[in-house]
Amino acid sequence: MAGGAVRGFFERLGGQVTSRLWRLGFASRFLGYMVLHSGTALRRFPLTIREIYFAGVLSLIIILVSGLFVGMVLGLQGYNTLERYGSSEALGVLVALSLVRELGPVVAGLLFASRAGSAITAEIGLMKATEQISAMEMMAVDPIARIVAPRFWGGVISMPLLAGLFSAMGVFGGYLVGVKLIGVDEGAFWSQMQAAVDLREDILNGVIKSFVFGIAVSWIAVFEGYDAPPTAEGVSGATTRTVVTSSLAILALDFILTALMFTGGNGR
Amino acid sequence: MSEANIVEVENVWFGYDPARPVLRDVSVSIPRGKVVGIMGQSGCGKTTLLRIIGGARMPTRGGARVLGAVTRDLDRDGLYAMRRKMGMLFQFGALFTDMSIYDNVAFQMREHTDLPEELIHDLVMMKLHAVGLRGAAQFMPSELSGGMARRVALARAIALDPQLMLYDEPFAGLDPISLGVIARLIRELNDSLGATSIIVSHDVQECLDIVDRLYFMADGRVVSEGTPQSVRDSSEPFVDQFVHGKPDGPVPFNYPAPLYDADLDLTGT
Repeated sequence: MAGGAVRGFFERLGGQVTSRLWRLGFASRFLGYMVLHSGTALRRFPLTIREIYFAGVLSLIIILVSGLFVGMVLGLQGYNTLERYGSSEALGVLVALSLVRELGPVVAGLLFASRAGSAITAEIGLMKATEQISAMEMMAVDPIARIVAPRFWGGVISMPLLAGLFSAMGVFGGYLVGVKLIGVDEGAFWSQMQAAVDLREDILNGVIKSFVFGIAVSWIAVFEGYDAPPTAEGVSGATTRTVVTSSLAILALDFILTALMFTGGNGR
Repeated sequence: MSEANIVEVENVWFGYDPARPVLRDVSVSIPRGKVVGIMGQSGCGKTTLLRIIGGARMPTRGGARVLGAVTRDLDRDGLYAMRRKMGMLFQFGALFTDMSIYDNVAFQMREHTDLPEELIHDLVMMKLHAVGLRGAAQFMPSELSGGMARRVALARAIALDPQLMLYDEPFAGLDPISLGVIARLIRELNDSLGATSIIVSHDVQECLDIVDRLYFMADGRVVSEGTPQSVRDSSEPFVDQFVHGKPDGPVPFNYPAPLYDADLDLTGT
């Protein structure tokens, strides 16, 4: 009896693992096919620009407002801590490094997954449910090249720009709270930040992170949309999966990238 | 295979699940220039047959020769080349919801030709005029009624003057006026374009009025075929039940179930 239950448990576990591996393989083939058939998206760049507008420009409000508040909170929390050690002038460094290295790419990525990733999945899923994708195939137009690839590249291009704007807005928020509200010396705030933040080690690594997150979120979003069962429940489930999987992927990738970039011989 | 037939489906078997075939040994010939109806109940396999003809599905057994090519032998580019000579009207239009009516009709012209925008404009207006919706060119699909959306989809399907038109349930969900308009357009466009049309439908009267020939399908098989007149006069039980909408016959009213008495627990009394 107990043996049967254990066997059933392992069979279910094995089935789950096999099914997820199969899906990962399918998603990888999908990514390969999409990248190979990105000629249309890149040759007819207005198609991609349209998607940059929908994924990037329409996400600006949430990114900028969130960046401002995160920066202001960093200013408050950072000042409280630094003041204990008499180094409140280093507030600019703390705010800038926190944002550029970590919070900018990660929080912007999470917001991007929720705002743009879910929209991309829902749009592609609904196009599938309403036979628009089948119609395109019957018109001898490859839907992956015409619909999916522009949305993927639109997301990949938008993400680093949004993360950059998030960080800039965050630094501005830290400045407002630290310098204008609390009274930290303005010269020290900016000069220490300028001296401590390195273009390659900090900013470029942050840009690389946000670019990787952009690829991950956009890939997950377009794949979930294209693979969604063509029903209301199917699209709803795919949209949820996009947000959950993207968020987990961002956090896991952030750990891996941070370990590669800022530890060992490369760390400071 | 005959040159007179633009589509020849021979002994096709197909199943999404191999254990439960949707099509069983189906053979259909579509003569060039004709309007042919494929009728049958929901789930009888007629839309699947249309997908086989369009190359969206490949037969498990048997073969489909469409526009001179065997679909199974075609690679992706070959299939796309075949589909450029086809137009398909989907059940609910399948208009691209992020494009205006004008852009929907212009879509294939922009994708497959290098025509200048001025010429595309004229062609789009001509196609929309043919379906009576030139005045709706700048609307979005969400602003159209179901009947209008179907007419726009028809204009889009004939954008490149296809040799073969496939209609998947073109009358489903339409009011009587829109239904009559679509039926008339299908016939007129077929004749004016010199095309061939295949209509998959379960709307008997509309189909009988416009088709040259009919196939009846049931349970994945072709059970009868003939001209509209022969179908009207047919005494074949399935055709008689289908055409006259009789609730019981070869297709039983009751789904197989245990004895009624047993379900009501009356056997012991």
